[in-house]
Amino acid sequence: MKGYSYLQDVATLELDPEACIGCGMCEEVCPHQVFTLRDDKAEILDADRCMECGACQTNCPAAAIRVDVGVGCAAGMISEWLGEILPGRRRSGGCC
Amino acid sequence: MSYLVPAGLYAIGAPTPGSPVLVTANYKMSYDLVRGALAGRNLWLLVLETNGINVWCAAGKGTFGSEELVARIEASRLADTVAHRSLILPLFGAPGVSAHEVRARTGFSVRFAALKAGDIPRYLDGGMRTTPEMRELTFTFRERLVLIPVELVIALKGSVWIVPLLAIAAAWRDGHFSPTAAIPAVLAYCGAVAAGTIVTPLALPWLPTRSFAVKGALVGVLWSLLFLAAVGWRGSAAAATVLLVSVVSSFLALNFTGSTPYTSRSGVKREMRLSLPVMAGALVAGFGCWVFAALR
Repeated sequence: MKGYSYLQDVATLELDPEACIGCGMCEEVCPHQVFTLRDDKAEILDADRCMECGACQTNCPAAAIRVDVGVGCAAGMISEWLGEILPGRRRSGGCC
Repeated sequence: MSYLVPAGLYAIGAPTPGSPVLVTANYKMSYDLVRGALAGRNLWLLVLETNGINVWCAAGKGTFGSEELVARIEASRLADTVAHRSLILPLFGAPGVSAHEVRARTGFSVRFAALKAGDIPRYLDGGMRTTPEMRELTFTFRERLVLIPVELVIALKGSVWIVPLLAIAAAWRDGHFSPTAAIPAVLAYCGAVAAGTIVTPLALPWLPTRSFAVKGALVGVLWSLLFLAAVGWRGSAAAATVLLVSVVSSFLALNFTGSTPYTSRSGVKREMRLSLPVMAGALVAGFGCWVFAALR
């Protein structure tokens, strides 16, 4: 995504090259062009571009990708933390 | 006013069993955008039940997901209606829909076409090929501008409590109540809200650092300096203004993370862990300065 980059070295994205079958789905579904195919294997080009949407993990038929899926939203984070402190509180943030 | 379109299979124009099948959410705006982009064409539109939520948000929640797609294919008897076994989905649906799972369960292959509905005609006419531009996310000035009303509404909800309390506190002077004294304080606050919800989002790519909290704080400091130049406050009153205004702006800017298409959960978590304690400290220091200024 041109002109934008968020915090570095935080993304939880992991790719297991052993398990990868080189189908290219991750490259196809990633909205931030994190992956590329090289020698019939997926490769992480730039993990810092990852927004942890989980499209690659959901669509990897070899289960070679792992990412902590979530929405990068402060209101959602606050709501999540409040939910941990106050059990029984309905979990709904200002996020979509 | 309803924002829901009943889920199910819709015919656009006069589709045949060979016509393409597109899939979307039952949020009225998603449906209208897709239908608008496809005007004059003949095809099928399979609308999933996402409870009136757009594709991206519903995919994150899983309602625009494999389960619902499989169920909707069966409920609409799609396999009896069309001769082919291919579905065209928005790229934003990929977090929820697993192409290989849907194929294994229904026989329908899933193709993620483009991010924007406006690109569907080019996709269909270009031999169902996704070009790099159709995959490229953007966050233009205009795209940021349309988000501002939502940010303002969220900020106003909090302001319903903050503004009256702020006005009362500011109007209390030497044991007397002078309503005019509340005006500068409320003005400073309104400027802080504008700094966090209007200026920071609009200037987002040009503001320094990757951190939304820092971007917002910087705009807040700028506004407070302009404000102080106008009202002429000095000393601890000025310090209180800079601190409190930048905290409000910073917090609201941090909130904008939820409206952008590039912030990760881990990133927001890290940023909040670092910035919230600083904001809390600045808030306490700001109120301290204010009390000190009022007692002098």
